[in-house]
Amino acid sequence: MRRYFARKSLIYLLTFFVGATVDWGIPHLMPGDPVQVYLSKFQLQPSGYAPLYKTMAQAFGTNLPLWDQYLHFWAGLFRGDLGVSIYDFPSRVTTLILDAAPYTLALLVPAIVLSYVAGNRFGALAARRKGLDNTVLPMGYLFQATPYPWLALAMPFLLGALWHVFPISGGYDLGLLPDASWAFVSSLLYHWFLPFLTVFLVSFGGWAIGMRNLVIYELESDISRYTRALGGSERLVRRYAYRNASLPQLSGLALALGIVIGGNIVTEIAFRYPGLGLLIYNAIADQDYFLLQGIFIFIVIGVLIANFVIDIAYLIVDPRTRLSMQGARA
Amino acid sequence: MSVTIDKLSVAYRTLAGDVCPVDEVSFTVRDSEIMGLAGESGCGKSTLGNSLILLEGRMRHLGGTVVLDGKELPIADNRAMRPLRMKEVSLVPQYAMSALNPTRKIRRLAVDLLRCHGVKYASVAEELRRRIALVGLDEDVLDRYPFELSGGMRQRVTLVLSTLLNPSLLIADEITSALDVSTQRAVGELLMEFRERGFVRSVIAITHDLSILAQIADSILVMYAGRLAEKADTDTIVSYPLHPYTRALIASLPEVGVRHDETTLKGIPGRPPALMNCAPGCRFMDRCPLASERCGVQPPFTEVRPGHFVACWKTAQEAAA
Amino acid sequence: MSEQLVSDAAAPATEHLPAPSVPSQAHLAGVTAAPAGLLVTAPVARRRRGEFLHYALRNPKLIFGLSLELVFVLAAILAPVISLHGTSTYFLAHQAPSSAHWLGTDNLGHDVFAQLVYGLRTSFLVGALGALCASAVGMALGFIAGYRGGLIDDALQMVTNIIVMIPSLVLLIVIGAYLQTRGVLFEGVFIGLTTWPWVARAVRAQTFTLRTRDFVDLARLSGKRSVSIVMKDIAPNMASYLFLVVILLFGSSMLLAASFDFLGLGPTNSVSLGTMMNQANLWSALQLRMWWWFIPPGLVLTGIVFALLIANVGLDEVFNPKLRTQ
Repeated sequence: MRRYFARKSLIYLLTFFVGATVDWGIPHLMPGDPVQVYLSKFQLQPSGYAPLYKTMAQAFGTNLPLWDQYLHFWAGLFRGDLGVSIYDFPSRVTTLILDAAPYTLALLVPAIVLSYVAGNRFGALAARRKGLDNTVLPMGYLFQATPYPWLALAMPFLLGALWHVFPISGGYDLGLLPDASWAFVSSLLYHWFLPFLTVFLVSFGGWAIGMRNLVIYELESDISRYTRALGGSERLVRRYAYRNASLPQLSGLALALGIVIGGNIVTEIAFRYPGLGLLIYNAIADQDYFLLQGIFIFIVIGVLIANFVIDIAYLIVDPRTRLSMQGARA
Repeated sequence: MSVTIDKLSVAYRTLAGDVCPVDEVSFTVRDSEIMGLAGESGCGKSTLGNSLILLEGRMRHLGGTVVLDGKELPIADNRAMRPLRMKEVSLVPQYAMSALNPTRKIRRLAVDLLRCHGVKYASVAEELRRRIALVGLDEDVLDRYPFELSGGMRQRVTLVLSTLLNPSLLIADEITSALDVSTQRAVGELLMEFRERGFVRSVIAITHDLSILAQIADSILVMYAGRLAEKADTDTIVSYPLHPYTRALIASLPEVGVRHDETTLKGIPGRPPALMNCAPGCRFMDRCPLASERCGVQPPFTEVRPGHFVACWKTAQEAAA
Repeated sequence: MSEQLVSDAAAPATEHLPAPSVPSQAHLAGVTAAPAGLLVTAPVARRRRGEFLHYALRNPKLIFGLSLELVFVLAAILAPVISLHGTSTYFLAHQAPSSAHWLGTDNLGHDVFAQLVYGLRTSFLVGALGALCASAVGMALGFIAGYRGGLIDDALQMVTNIIVMIPSLVLLIVIGAYLQTRGVLFEGVFIGLTTWPWVARAVRAQTFTLRTRDFVDLARLSGKRSVSIVMKDIAPNMASYLFLVVILLFGSSMLLAASFDFLGLGPTNSVSLGTMMNQANLWSALQLRMWWWFIPPGLVLTGIVFALLIANVGLDEVFNPKLRTQ
């Protein structure tokens, strides 16, 4: 067990290290000077430019040698200090991220969990009912084939602009201020629903299809044959099949995270939903490198944590992994 | 108790048509008899054995009856067969190595299966432990997962599980094929012991290995290309086979004490016919050294001597003489 | 796992795992992971061409998928022919579809239909580039790791684990924000370089199981060089699987590109299906009810990928007799 976790931790640490370095490296190794870009937005007099540049460079640390900047970066990371944002100067990056994160998590976590669970159930059901299969399969493929941006545009158009059922943008009504009142919370949910539905639908199809294929395979496996031959009920056979099919799906979940996050970002931007996605979009628009870097690190950490959780879940669910670590006897 | 199979035909549906690996097969297995079912790969013996307990996938029951203990087995009706499986008829499959669910402990598998038959685990727990010990396994095997066991161990566990409810008929499909020679012997002896102790009544042991059958079987039934060739007591088959195919099979076995730098092993030239669109008549005709024009008509599987059945014009005639 | 369409064809038919499923956008069917270890294709003897064609021509899914795909490909190729106008001519803006402009005009007065068919070209190009790049890198590394095993295999596992955990979209955002101009080539290559881990894993798993087969041992004993063994013995037996992988990669690359383009990270000098949606979003097409601007591009993309997926399923049925239901 220890070796397993040690190995996994090593990979996580390495990933974090690589991710962070890449994150830091790109802006600093790319041609162009962020401070210069920043200042180019202001119409400065040539005389005012030089001293302002000097001050800004000092403030953002770009006047130091690269290696120093790198070390400062790591030091800041450990302190939890991700720098100051350019786009929303002088807010700290960390603050901005923590403000937007809850919205994103509220969107991401239910969408992932629900699409996974519901998709698996549906897929398993479709595996044994031919009638259901004939509708679920093409539908699942259709959803799998749908690009995130399109769903994120078409749905609010249908349900929002055309039929006025749901709002098409924002996190909550413009006239409200965040508080614990029902008015605010209901507005929150109201605005949350369409983005959630978008992320949910696209993932759902894929899980359903994958599970369907897996369950079909399991239902014809030697295990199922033997269980049936010994008079096991179809229910028992199905239960075994479902259980065995869930394992690969679980490891697939870990790999899917990167993509869902991408899709989530796209959705948030389309809906102007005030989560990390929108923050990224604004950061790009204002070329706020520090904000971008901060968000990237944050996401990488999130993905690593999620992977870790899934690894533990897999350990619990699959006895083979558990026991192969303890050197099972054969 | 006995099993009587009468004109049983089982076919596989394929895209190109029906293949009939079991073609109007009739025979009887007596009470407490171990009958070996031998033949080449593809002759239909596995299909025959499996059709007695579980018709699956593309197998279709074309005709014929199976009577067990005086009652007809509804082999074509899956739902009616279910309560009879494991209790009346049971199977040790050819794929025993991969038949056990890897994510369930052995004990759990037993519990689940028993529950499907309305049997409480507690009532057979003691017996289960005794039998596990009988096959030479440690009791803690019950608490292990299948992937923790070796091939031989899995084979034995499957044997115990399949016979836990003392079925009247056990179909043992190639249970020694994947094992080394000493384990083969051990498993063969286990089968006989199970029969002695009454854990199973009759056994149909399917294998392509005649030498194992010579050790454990009471009688041997030889199949060729979906049809029966010969059936008799083991001694008779080994020493005085009548059917040309059986004779060739016996002759092709290596003998103890014979060095094969002096003599060569004799094989049977040719290959079995494809089972689709078979020519009428005896299927062994093309490879048979005794073939004649008469063989254009399928010889019936007749009892030429007491307890000795043969499907061959020539040898039936000889035997009767 | 290919980001977008994978539902790993893991289910093995006979011994063959379900066709590679590409993780669909954000949902990599675990199948992808599973089949990797379960893939055990029996050495496919050189199938007689006749047999393959016979089934291929009779498989409804394959026919449907291919035909639909063909429609789109033709539309892309014949763009100059079927489109009445070019992409940069100005007309009256905000016009709804009419006989003069089949899909109306956008906020600047460009003909939307023209943009659609020319954008199709770009999207196809990026998809093909991405698939090619990912296949090349993924297969090469997958074969090496699967065949060699040992340390090289471990190293590859580690590298793929790392790359997989870094969300590619976010990475592209960070990179793209610094690149002022981006071309189709860049986008295609970038997509390829971020999706190859899935291919590598799948190929590695297959190679792994195949290399323990007797015919490989035979080749090795007869002194063939490793590269030759991989190319002549192992790869042909995986040919059908590899083909399916490439198809799925193609689709997933297109979907990924759409997301990138939508965020404004697409090619800066060409129009694609994704950039159309981006522009539509930027210029409030939603609020202005200019559905003809953003519905068609997404619909077309969905159609393309859907056709690919269905064709993929059909092709898998053709390759694996066990899945055939006719």
